Amino acid sequence: MARKVSTQRKVAFTGIAWTIGFLMFFPILWTFLTSFKSEGDAIASPPVFLVFNWTLENYHEVQSRSDYFGHFWNSVVISFGSTLLGLLIAIPAAWAMAFSPTKRTKDVLMWMLSTKMMPPVGALIPIYLIFRDGGLLDSRIGLVVVLTLINLPIIVWMLYTYFKEIPGEILEAARMDGASLMKEVIYVLTPMAVPGIASTLLLNIILAWNEAFWTLNLTTSNAAPLTTFIASYSSPEGLFYAKLSAASTMAIAPILILGWFSQKQLVRGLTFGAVK
Amino acid sequence: MAVRFLSASVLYLSEYILGAAKMATIHTRSVARLMMAPSVILLFAWMIVPLGMTIYFSLLRYNLLMPGTEEFTGLLNYEFFLTDPAFFDALKNTLLLVGGVLAISVIGGILMALLLDQPMFGQGIVRILVIAPFFIMPTVAALVWKNMFMNPVNGLFAWLFRLFGAQPLDWLAVAPLTSVVIIVAWQWLPFATLILLTALQSLDEEQKEAAEMDGAGPISKFIYITLPHMARAITVVVLIETIFLLSVFAEILVTTNGGPGTQSTNITYLVYTQALLQFDVGGASAGGIVAVVLANIVAIFLIRMIGKNLEA
Repeated sequence: MARKVSTQRKVAFTGIAWTIGFLMFFPILWTFLTSFKSEGDAIASPPVFLVFNWTLENYHEVQSRSDYFGHFWNSVVISFGSTLLGLLIAIPAAWAMAFSPTKRTKDVLMWMLSTKMMPPVGALIPIYLIFRDGGLLDSRIGLVVVLTLINLPIIVWMLYTYFKEIPGEILEAARMDGASLMKEVIYVLTPMAVPGIASTLLLNIILAWNEAFWTLNLTTSNAAPLTTFIASYSSPEGLFYAKLSAASTMAIAPILILGWFSQKQLVRGLTFGAVK
Repeated sequence: MAVRFLSASVLYLSEYILGAAKMATIHTRSVARLMMAPSVILLFAWMIVPLGMTIYFSLLRYNLLMPGTEEFTGLLNYEFFLTDPAFFDALKNTLLLVGGVLAISVIGGILMALLLDQPMFGQGIVRILVIAPFFIMPTVAALVWKNMFMNPVNGLFAWLFRLFGAQPLDWLAVAPLTSVVIIVAWQWLPFATLILLTALQSLDEEQKEAAEMDGAGPISKFIYITLPHMARAITVVVLIETIFLLSVFAEILVTTNGGPGTQSTNITYLVYTQALLQFDVGGASAGGIVAVVLANIVAIFLIRMIGKNLEA
């Protein structure tokens, strides 16, 4: 930056920004702290912030009372499964649209985007009935399929914007050297496309992990991911803040860490390239 | 409007299959089409099959508790749904929820983006702190707020109120919709901030300096330079958030259950109660189609905007 900034101004802005950042983050910090408290400390008035008996009791309790890691594993399987399946389907499509564009390509992309705009309640009843009749309710396979389909447009779009940045001349050179289409894809395109694919993977795992319409409506226990499991704390018995916090901390920690790495991709992926 | 989805997609699919497009060679053309086929066919099926079935169910008297009594009733379900007082409440709540969260996240987002764009120590860390709520699972966000902040006895808000000698509020009973707005806004304010900050950082520094030399104060600089520059990003935030906010569900399910009465029921939640709690497939389907129509109106604007952007 060309302009000089007075230290005083910088300190003032630092103070305001840190205060606001702290306030926005506070509910997460509070959840994290509460997860290490006893249930008594969790509802203490005045609240205790750092000076209490730190305990891992709640983490044990959450696992022993319910199959926490079973639900955690369901979240992993469903979010990774749907993202990987989506990538498998979307990579060829994005490749074709980026490297063999036609005048219809834009319309196809727009149409794909429009499927994302359909509110889920428009499809809830048929999907629920089909799942009921097909024995797919409360199954991981069913959810993987649904989440693959709802995130497919975003996956195709993100990959398309990344693939378009790969220079076409390299592919032409490979073609000159006699590479077949399959070889072109495997040996030339894939290595160059890996960063874009990784970004897409990251953002979609986050979206699938936090998806809370289909997971809540289509699972109850066996295939329930963490969204559904945590929702069961909405009808509590006795003191449960510390246990809720422990279950929540474990549910949000992995995705929070992934999320911080994916800030840029998030902007790109969720605005469909409109803001870069 | 729902028909728009159908007709548009039939059009695209048929053109796609007929291959109105010209590509380099017949070989790559057919291979490219083959590569696109799974995505296009799956998305087409995902769109057409459930929507078609929902439209079909919406014309039937169909309750899961009375199997075998399904019969064609024409538009009766729509008549019931659209004249139900609960529908008006839900429509009003949906608009208030979307409008409230949009107002908070856009205005707050602009202010936060402006603040984060200023020189400061530890900018990266503040940015991370501010963005974090967007990554929180909706059920976790809603339950943490409901219990640890808004609970009238043990919540932190109750403690703060008592600290200042005020009577603690039972947030979810007294102001259920406002509470849901607060929870949802906490999750979406970071999104708006992130997008607007990204847009702000692409603003040419020299342009601002030139304005300063011409004697523009901070307010006129904001109105004439910064705001127009952010206009597109603001539009994108409004449209994308609207799409997601029309379908807010988990936050209502785990906090208020749509109540008291229908005070915090939005259209998505109303359709859910009709379908999976009252088993009224016909009525719920009519409600689903109404929701699709509403979303479609927003979608048309969004699609146009992003389409324009693609050409640029």
